[in-house]
Amino acid sequence: MAEHAQPKPPAPMAATPWEDELTARIAAQFAGNILFASYLRENFVTCSPESIHDLVLYLRDQEGFDFLTDLTVVDYPKDDHRFELIYILYSFARNERIRVKTRTSVSVPSITPIFHAANWLERESFDMFGVSFEGHPDLKRILLPDEWHGHPLRKDTSIIAMDNEWVQANLGIESGQ
Amino acid sequence: MGAGESGNRERPVSETVPHEGNYLDQSELVLNMGPQHPSTHGVLRVILKLDGERVTGLECVIGYLHRGVEKIAENRTYTMFVPYVDRMDYVAAVSNGLGYCLAVERLISVEAPPRAQAARVILTELNRIASHLLWLGTHALDIGAISPLFYTFREREEILKIFENYCGARLTTHAFRIGGLQYELYEGFEQQVRAFCEYFKPKLNEYHKLLTKNPIWVDRLRGIGILTVEDCKQYSVSGPLIRAAGLAWDLRKAQPYSGYEQYEFDIPTGSNGDSYDRYLVRMAEMPESLRIIEQAVERIPTGPILARVPKVLKPAVGEVYVSIEAPKGELGYFIVSDGTVQPYRVRVRPPSFLNLQSLHKMAMGALVADVVAIIGTIDIVLGEVDR
Repeated sequence: MAEHAQPKPPAPMAATPWEDELTARIAAQFAGNILFASYLRENFVTCSPESIHDLVLYLRDQEGFDFLTDLTVVDYPKDDHRFELIYILYSFARNERIRVKTRTSVSVPSITPIFHAANWLERESFDMFGVSFEGHPDLKRILLPDEWHGHPLRKDTSIIAMDNEWVQANLGIESGQ
Repeated sequence: MGAGESGNRERPVSETVPHEGNYLDQSELVLNMGPQHPSTHGVLRVILKLDGERVTGLECVIGYLHRGVEKIAENRTYTMFVPYVDRMDYVAAVSNGLGYCLAVERLISVEAPPRAQAARVILTELNRIASHLLWLGTHALDIGAISPLFYTFREREEILKIFENYCGARLTTHAFRIGGLQYELYEGFEQQVRAFCEYFKPKLNEYHKLLTKNPIWVDRLRGIGILTVEDCKQYSVSGPLIRAAGLAWDLRKAQPYSGYEQYEFDIPTGSNGDSYDRYLVRMAEMPESLRIIEQAVERIPTGPILARVPKVLKPAVGEVYVSIEAPKGELGYFIVSDGTVQPYRVRVRPPSFLNLQSLHKMAMGALVADVVAIIGTIDIVLGEVDR
């Protein structure tokens, strides 16, 4: 089976600018480095990794986004800051979702002090991508065994290579395919 | 656990029995529960630290069923990935498929035709009942009531027969396609669904008679594993658990999809957030699902079952997050497209995973036997926790 082609660097998403009272308040609170956009009626904010903790805290306490729906990572290995972290927040009062995004190559501050739910989600992101979260109380693998090598959801980790490595070490054959 | 028996016998008596003081060992006991334990509903392993019967520490070990579904998705086309999502929450495969199809449909800006939407609602609600029935039977079994399992599986069988007639599969149904339905509804579908509704209504009362006021059942559940609304928000707990805590939040009402806004139904809520309220909420959700099914089956529109979808799906570069109210809570799909035929990233937001995280909050300070009750009340499916 042929290795699937390395993904091309993606063209930018056809996002439209997003501006309303909420974005004005956030922009006033966090000067500079914050971008607001919207794609298919889903709004997102892009910020620097340093301000992610404060931004999520602000959104929870001042704007009512009190439910961390999800936290995940997308890997763009060719970029300088390869990991895009996605925080999806939901507000019961507004019945509205917002995505907070940031880019990093190594680590970001943990948001476990803000949402307990981030504990397992950050562990999963660490497990699958090797992103490190500063201040996480117990950052270790969650789905994979502790002795696992590598981070399988990175784009440069191939399923075939993982399989070959295992059969070579454990079965003494060249390839399991 | 502990030293072998023969080792103990060889030791001189004076060393094993202290001469004075307390004969009971007061140190903490670490108890390993699972992964092959019948009450952990699959392969969940819980490490409990115990002081007598009280839980003083708890850690979940998960991942035994990890199959790398998200990685598989990156190596398949959008259409090829549809059957895989059935294997996550395998007792509610129809809901999984619906969530994924809706997410891809938003990505390519397609909407399923009305006939497909109505059929989707009927099948998903039937699946919700099937999932709740499986939960009820196994939850009661964990607590020691064996007979409900036989009754709930008898009724669940009728739902699985409808699935089998529709698509040939009973569990991993692959019922939907991107843009609509996989198959046209079979002849007699409406009659069979109506017959099931009539058949099932009195059965619910049987369960209530068996359990709801049963003193053992009530004692085992009331006041056990309390989660307040604030706890639910902190732990991102969704579905029946947050409704049992008192928040009437259901995505079918909050952000309707697939035409749910056309149907009348209520959101059952609890007030204490304990295991008993969660039991009552799920029990009350089943007749609500029946209400939806009865309304939907009366007015299935005629027309196509599949929207016009290109044979090769190549969504524009972009990303969407779409979530639905699965039987266990908010099931979300976050899909990133890079403009090729394969998704760049598919992230599943599994309700069981996040609900299970709150086990720590619920079980600390509880008794060992309550841990079993609490695990049952979360209603986890490990296929979805581990993916």
